[in-house]
Amino acid sequence: MRATEFSSSIPSRPVYAGLRPHGALPALMLAEGAGGEALAELAGADPSVMRRAHLFWIPAGAGPGLAARLRALGPAGYVEGPDYAALRPRFVRALADAHMGTRLYLAGDEGLIGQAMADALAAGMPLEAIDAEHRGGIARRMQCVHCKGITENVTTDPFTCAHCGLNLFVRDHYSRRIGAFQGVCVDAETPGQVPEPQEIKP
Amino acid sequence: MTSLMLRVAAAESLTPLVKRFRFEHPQGAALPLFSGGAHVVVEMPDGEVLRRNAYSLISDPQDGSGYEIAVRREDGGRGGSRFMHGRVQPGDQLRISLPLNLFALDLRARKHVLIAGGIGITPFVAQVRQLLRMQLPFELHYAARSRAEAAGLKLLPDVPQIHVHISDEGDHLDLGGILSGQPLGTHVYTCGPEGLITAVAEAGARLGWPKTVLHSEVFQAPPPGRPFAVVLARSGRTIEVGAHQSLLEALEAAGVEIDWSCRGGACGRCETQVLSCHGRIEHHDHWLSEDDRSSQSRIMPCVSRFRGETLIIDR
Amino acid sequence: MTIRFNDETFRDDYSFRNSAEAIRRFPFPFDKDDYMYSVNMEPHGTGGRAGSVFEKRFDVDEHYVAEMRDRAITLAGDPLRCQSLPHMELAGWDLLELIMQCKAEDYPELFQLHRDGDRWHWINRPLGIEQRFTFLDPTTLPCGPLEYITRQAQGDFAVLDQREGNLWMDAGMVTSQADWSLDFDIGMNFFEWHAPVPKAAEMGIFQRALKFLLAVQQGAPSRRLNWTMTVNPRLDTSPENYHLWGPEKRTITPENVGAKQYLRVELQSFWRLPRSNALAFPIRCYLIALEDLVTVPKWARRLHRVIRDLPDELADYKGFAVNRQIIIDYLAQFDDGKPTSPGIFADD
Repeated sequence: MRATEFSSSIPSRPVYAGLRPHGALPALMLAEGAGGEALAELAGADPSVMRRAHLFWIPAGAGPGLAARLRALGPAGYVEGPDYAALRPRFVRALADAHMGTRLYLAGDEGLIGQAMADALAAGMPLEAIDAEHRGGIARRMQCVHCKGITENVTTDPFTCAHCGLNLFVRDHYSRRIGAFQGVCVDAETPGQVPEPQEIKP
Repeated sequence: MTSLMLRVAAAESLTPLVKRFRFEHPQGAALPLFSGGAHVVVEMPDGEVLRRNAYSLISDPQDGSGYEIAVRREDGGRGGSRFMHGRVQPGDQLRISLPLNLFALDLRARKHVLIAGGIGITPFVAQVRQLLRMQLPFELHYAARSRAEAAGLKLLPDVPQIHVHISDEGDHLDLGGILSGQPLGTHVYTCGPEGLITAVAEAGARLGWPKTVLHSEVFQAPPPGRPFAVVLARSGRTIEVGAHQSLLEALEAAGVEIDWSCRGGACGRCETQVLSCHGRIEHHDHWLSEDDRSSQSRIMPCVSRFRGETLIIDR
Repeated sequence: MTIRFNDETFRDDYSFRNSAEAIRRFPFPFDKDDYMYSVNMEPHGTGGRAGSVFEKRFDVDEHYVAEMRDRAITLAGDPLRCQSLPHMELAGWDLLELIMQCKAEDYPELFQLHRDGDRWHWINRPLGIEQRFTFLDPTTLPCGPLEYITRQAQGDFAVLDQREGNLWMDAGMVTSQADWSLDFDIGMNFFEWHAPVPKAAEMGIFQRALKFLLAVQQGAPSRRLNWTMTVNPRLDTSPENYHLWGPEKRTITPENVGAKQYLRVELQSFWRLPRSNALAFPIRCYLIALEDLVTVPKWARRLHRVIRDLPDELADYKGFAVNRQIIIDYLAQFDDGKPTSPGIFADD
């Protein structure tokens, strides 16, 4: 599967330029599911990226073969976890230990990229030190502007907030700090008149 | 350009080439405070010519009782620093612009690394005071040829964050060492000769530092060049720009109203549209985009010059 | 000059009213008979037109006490309406000083500031506040400096950090906004937080506005007017509470439009702050019912023409497309087609 190409949108909607090798600089790498292939391709383009890289891997349905391939690329460190929430304490600790000059490579779906990027920025990592490649589903991570709850893996517009139950429409307005798009009540002016949900598009 | 008429309260030699001036309000009123890295523009009525030079403020940003600057005499320069050294005495009044900061600290930084070469120490003198007051982590590396020439030694406090590198004593800046092992979120600020700024940029690039965290300020006087002529579209007049004059100064001398503030190609205030250009604009600014430069559609009259047949500007 | 402060509400029973004086000095935002975005900046500061809202640097009017009460209610329900990223605390102190100093100088009978070095003593008579505190020591105030002072100043406040040739929405007090969320937008740059505004980006408006704002200097503040429409005199038209106030937008009828439909004008000003080099961006909101606005014939004629000829996207973005025809029909009866004089002020 290739990197996702999104249709053009407003300036706050993130674009993911894809992973580019930055040589043997110290690096943190985080990939989930289909994102593992992006890391393997990155190392294929420049094997030296692995020499000082600490790799965090969330299989998310990818078979054991991919995990074995990633380990075989010879990263300086390798941590596997079942999901980002579980892996996060170790990833955040690695950010705290990192120094300027460290690159961050992120590959996976938008929710993973958004959360990890928010943690990296909060740790002081410059945005320009981060490469991200979108792989996997186009589900969105949505913040409800009303109750502030985050609904993961949103695939339709409108959708129901998993926390307060309001019907929200999906905006392209995106907050890097929160790592989520904005969801706004779709029937605020006409309660109960909710349009038929449509599959969201890239 | 908002400005104040201030009285020279003190003038003192720090080194054979560098003089410190202190300005106070004639009636003792408090002056507007500022942020570390800010500069003022000093107006010098030098006979027929009104010179205007930008100088970093070196006094405490939180102290409104006066403004201080340090001026290095440039004997080969355009005359502003010679005027300050030779003509300005305590008790004189000079017009000083309000402070403007084009070299501010990024207050998000987890740590600030300041790198100064020679007279490039001046913006850091105020920044160090600000950093110490705010109790923010920093280190300053100050490179000078000899102790006798290092005016900053008399301006900086004696604190462990400050490292002085005197090349005559065999102590050179080790940029690779300085930039290694700095915590995530560190920002670097360089002020000094162009060569130092390039060296920091190269060391940073080699060590994986993004450009956005490498800040710099070049102390730029308008570069001299060949004389040239410019056509002013609004009046149809043609004015001549002398070899040691900037286009901005020539416009001012011709009585053209033009907004400005840094006079060093960084603030954008004097940006001017080019209506026709047969020749090559020598862009020396840090303001215009690559597109604006290559299309020769805009010029910064404070520092940029022209070579060629005709240049028509929207003034 | 004494101001009689209204006892009024901006929610529930909406007892907000403009006195004849408040109508006379209303900042009507249109200087000609049509409207499109522009970078319509002009200098702000002392010495503005006497009797207008531009006369003082931070205008205090008859709604002051009631607006501050409404802000407190909003904050009690949602403390995230006031936020400041950690690096913005110095800017918060800068803003506190600016507002206290301007108010004490411009309204000495209402506000006093006594400074003894960093020991400050602030008296706010309309709100009955007396506070002794140490400047730059946040532990001597009941809350952060930004929140403290903007609980005592009308209008929203954004505080913008300047870096990388951009402005960043890194702190603010936002309880009377035209449908944007500080909690969501905090940390965004100029282009990102304006991303949802239609058309302006293609027009190059933001590039030009940003260049202007980056160059705003100490001692030389600027201002512009912006506008939208609001049903009922409601300050808190936040996205956070959209599901609560949204239904009110559908209650406009030809019979009630004059009383319930309000023109909402933002007096935006821009101030370079000294210690932090940040840019303070106060957004002061003025509301006027159409039935009050049409008492000024020039404004009635002009507003009719503006609303009638506005591009559809703008009416959509400003959120009044659904009521536009009713508004136009109402205003049409006050437009006799006569020419209007230039400028925003009423004819004498």
